[in-house]
Amino acid sequence: MPAFTSDMLTSLIPETGLLVLATLLLVLVLVKNEKFYIHLDWITAAGFTLIAVLAFIFGRPAEEPRLLWGEMIRVDRAGYLLSLMVLVGGALTAVFAGTDVTVGKKPEFYLLLTLASIGLVLMGTSANLIMLYLAIETAAIPLYVLAGIKYRDAWSVESGIKYLLFGGFSSAIMLYGFSLLYGFAGTTKIYGMVDALRASGTPLAAIILAAIMVLAGFTFKISAIPFHFWAPDVYQGAPTPVAGFLSTVSKAAGFIALARILINALGVESGNVWMIILAVISAASMFIGNLLAIPQKNLKRMIAYSSIAQAGYILIGVASGSEFGFSAAIYYLVAYLVTNLAVFAIINWIEYETGSTEISTFAGLNRREPGLALLLMIALLSLGGIPPLAGFFAKVLVFGAAIQSGMVWLAILGIINSVIALYYYLRVMKVMYVDEPAGSIKVDKLPVVWTVALAVCIIGIVLLGVVYSPWYNFITLAAMGL
Amino acid sequence: MIPLYWFLVLSAILFCIGLYAVITRRNTIAILMGIELMLNAANINLIAFWRYLYAGSNLDGVIFALIVFAAAAAEVAVGLGLILSAYRSKETIVANDLDTLKG
Repeated sequence: MPAFTSDMLTSLIPETGLLVLATLLLVLVLVKNEKFYIHLDWITAAGFTLIAVLAFIFGRPAEEPRLLWGEMIRVDRAGYLLSLMVLVGGALTAVFAGTDVTVGKKPEFYLLLTLASIGLVLMGTSANLIMLYLAIETAAIPLYVLAGIKYRDAWSVESGIKYLLFGGFSSAIMLYGFSLLYGFAGTTKIYGMVDALRASGTPLAAIILAAIMVLAGFTFKISAIPFHFWAPDVYQGAPTPVAGFLSTVSKAAGFIALARILINALGVESGNVWMIILAVISAASMFIGNLLAIPQKNLKRMIAYSSIAQAGYILIGVASGSEFGFSAAIYYLVAYLVTNLAVFAIINWIEYETGSTEISTFAGLNRREPGLALLLMIALLSLGGIPPLAGFFAKVLVFGAAIQSGMVWLAILGIINSVIALYYYLRVMKVMYVDEPAGSIKVDKLPVVWTVALAVCIIGIVLLGVVYSPWYNFITLAAMGL
Repeated sequence: MIPLYWFLVLSAILFCIGLYAVITRRNTIAILMGIELMLNAANINLIAFWRYLYAGSNLDGVIFALIVFAAAAAEVAVGLGLILSAYRSKETIVANDLDTLKG
């Protein structure tokens, strides 16, 4: 048995911290004192922020990636970055949820958010199929409940059931793929599985079958073709903060875990069959997401289709198979995190004021709340890839990665899709700025903490687009260590 | 002794029955049962591979199967809870009737 070292403890700072926070929230659930419940949003957010700061300072991984805890966990920059993304995303989600009418005062909501975050952090660090499966389920099961948490609301319940059935179905397919991989390789260790598979002499067709099953499970997590059906229904029906969390943090964790598996267990390199499979999934996701987003009348549903398309853009980077491609994909994930959280936060606020998320309720937003309209415009332009915002630089990186790997056609398809996407983002802006408001809508004062959280997102969008080199350098190191 | 290959065929058949159930069944509880069959098919794979090929070298297959039990049980518990709340609010558990969200 290897000796217990201090870096074994520091490698688990986010998980341990979240577990402590979850226990605290569980006690608050049991206290049943309404007095505490109005402060839950910022208590949770402060907890997440504190853990993020601790993890940022003490959890910094060493130069060389290392396998710890019986080779179950890999301490490297990608996992470190994802844990920070989960913690920051969770903190922002908790603040934004404070204004939600139904879930804002529910301690169960914050408890489940914390528990799901533990699973998502672990997804980024797992170096073993057993650990990865456990992490995926730890993240997924609280998220099923979160989607259906408004149990008196028919939409929310329906979205919870749909999310559970699709999630269970896709994770069963993925598990079957894992069981075959274990059978062929004789090990559940992700690192070194490529060599074990090669040495075992298993026919390539069998390995590809297992790998496609694993890939199918991951397309559910990242909401790409062919397991994207759940996204529109779940985003529309689930409470808005949950939809924001699902579309950003959960997707980022899925992508990091997918990249780890692809590189180390399935052997993705430039120029092999994987590039074609991933490129086709990516192109199909972009087209289906963008074309189906155009006719939508509900903004949450439209953003859900847009998020399918965004998964397609990120997959361009993954399909490139190069280090440049993976760092482009991770950069895109970080940019997407701040952008989409801002969009969902503003949708949530409008939902709080008007009780609806139809695009028509945004009519005349510019006259009601010009500041909010401007911020929503910035976020939507970033999603559409307009310079100098985060989305633009991220898109340049993924398209550049595709061209560098010799897939010019994929980059061209991506650019065509950016133009299609810009159409429906601009349509929302037209409604906000040009259309007459339907009637008089009461305007509430924005809470201070909420404004600060939104400001963090917007500053993130601008910073990631303008001053990119420090983040990009770190992300390149993270992608190289995968 | 029964060859490994029989177990793999059994598990593949079980997986396909589960898949078929998930795709064709309209009752959400039956869909959940189909998912359970798929998970159990994976478990048979894990145990059979471990017993026949890797029993001497590691315990990965057994541990994996144990963890799948626990995760599957948790999933079903949450699933039945959600189905119950759908029944309370809509008085149906048929997937086709859960169709207010579309577009």
